[in-house]
Amino acid sequence: MMPAGTRSGRLPHAGTVIAAENLTKTYGDVAAVDGISFSVSAGESFGLLGPNGAGKSTTMKMIGGVTGRTSGKLSIMGLDPDSHGPEVRAHLGVVPQQDNLDEELRVRDNLLIYGRYFGLPMSYLGPKADELLEFAQLTDKAKSKVDALSGGMKRRLTIARSLINEPRILLLDEPTTGLDPQARHILWDRLFRLKEQGVTLILTTHYMDEAEQLCDRLIVVDKGRIMAEGSPARLIRDHSTREVVELRFGSERNTTIAAQLDGIGERLEVLPDRVLIYAHDGEGALEQVASRGLRPLTSLVRRSSLEDVFLRLTGRSLVD
Amino acid sequence: MTDVQAPRSGGLGAHSPEVAAAKARRWGAFYYAEQVLRVMKNYAWSMLMYSVGQPVAYLFAMGVGLATLVDSQDAAAFGGVSYLTFIAPALLVSAAVMTAANEFTFPVMAGFKWRRTYFGPHASPLTPSQIAAGHIMAVTLRLLLQSAIYFAAVAMFGATPHGGAWLGILAATLAGLSFGLPLMAYSASITEDKGQFALVMRLIVMPLFLFSGTFFPLDTLPLALRWIGWISPIWHGTELGRVAGYGYGEPPLLTMVHVAVLAGLAIVGWILTRRRFEKRMGQ
Repeated sequence: MMPAGTRSGRLPHAGTVIAAENLTKTYGDVAAVDGISFSVSAGESFGLLGPNGAGKSTTMKMIGGVTGRTSGKLSIMGLDPDSHGPEVRAHLGVVPQQDNLDEELRVRDNLLIYGRYFGLPMSYLGPKADELLEFAQLTDKAKSKVDALSGGMKRRLTIARSLINEPRILLLDEPTTGLDPQARHILWDRLFRLKEQGVTLILTTHYMDEAEQLCDRLIVVDKGRIMAEGSPARLIRDHSTREVVELRFGSERNTTIAAQLDGIGERLEVLPDRVLIYAHDGEGALEQVASRGLRPLTSLVRRSSLEDVFLRLTGRSLVD
Repeated sequence: MTDVQAPRSGGLGAHSPEVAAAKARRWGAFYYAEQVLRVMKNYAWSMLMYSVGQPVAYLFAMGVGLATLVDSQDAAAFGGVSYLTFIAPALLVSAAVMTAANEFTFPVMAGFKWRRTYFGPHASPLTPSQIAAGHIMAVTLRLLLQSAIYFAAVAMFGATPHGGAWLGILAATLAGLSFGLPLMAYSASITEDKGQFALVMRLIVMPLFLFSGTFFPLDTLPLALRWIGWISPIWHGTELGRVAGYGYGEPPLLTMVHVAVLAGLAIVGWILTRRRFEKRMGQ
């Protein structure tokens, strides 16, 4: 028998932990994931950025070895998840989009029982659970019921649970969706520490700031296809200008006034609630607007973000 | 509180992913059974009360109250044994079937939908069929324990004259599974709760309980109703319990039919359940 790694067709180069080639998943006639290819190196933070329904979660489920693919190739640590599901899953830590903690068990017991699924002995799990509770800042909640935790605490417990088997690859599906800003920052800090430890992070998000904070490299996904790939800075450089001027003239007038802005900056984007001028020099563009006698209700000059990249690539906003 | 480093790596030693996967492939169902039992432990007290309280209540009502009236009539109607002895195996089996009806409905819905507890282990090396099997193993253990306690309570009332009466514990557990596993397959197929489980309890479990030769021999029913007993795990289980409990005389072939029907339903239920779990979790 050939080693599992060679079966994936092209031999992933050393250090590649995940390789996908023409990965496709269809439900009936609908292609949730439509022939995407990418690879992830050990220790890398890799993001899938896209709106809801882009196929991010489906891709994560295929990588996580819980959903079979319709066609294409996929290997995780050189293993095909369709034929080596348990082996693939043993390598991973998974933070699903929706928490699925055992609400009826206590916080610490959630970690212990999850570790049992990996066949880990109690002599290892006891100290490990305490270490992870400390890491997730939940030590004083060890004996609480999960029911009693806040949303952010549940999320941190889910992350702690995903680390019980000391995975080298962590899959995070929308890790901070639904959390308040403070809870998000605590979570990002914890994830950043894992990254520093060399854990490979694969995360989906529809928050551009999250992608910018955590990802070394990302793919922008829309309707099951990859629209662009690169580091956040690189994507912004390639698909947007350095700065953006946001102007609000009132929802009725944005479209009519946009015509009078012609020629300012490099590109114009008219949204229902505002007009965006893409320019290398934002302040300069704003002065030109004023010199044409136009008086926006509010104006703002900011740096380009991944949101602008997405808008450029798809003509739509990330968060509807 | 001092700040801590991210968890260290490499402390796993012998517990590499390869070892974890190999162990999970072999013992996964047991690992999940352990989880279900840990959750059940939270309800241990109410389970114990149910296991002891229900037989005692029934035995007082039926075995002591109703029995004085029934036993003053024709003893031959119940195969020459006291009414209490006659209904004891039926109560044991019915209780197991009702427990199974609970354990294989709401918790399954909770696993797939309400709490999504099946999806946590599914992201670990466990497989859907191991998760289903673990759930079943834990419930089987509960059925055995509950039936043993129930049996002990019944025995204290002197309703188990025969030495092999304890085999009724196994008959009850088997009946519970033969009713519960097909029901589990059904539960796993439900995506929206529209009160189906309440209907199952009222329109299936209750009629089976009443018309399965529980309180009177099945052949006293008109033929038009007797079929309910023939398809009922409660009847097949009860008849087995009676053979074990007081040496109820029936042809050995019929006894084998009871076992075959119960085992057959349980096996078909398991196959359907496994298929459902694999399909639903693999989506």
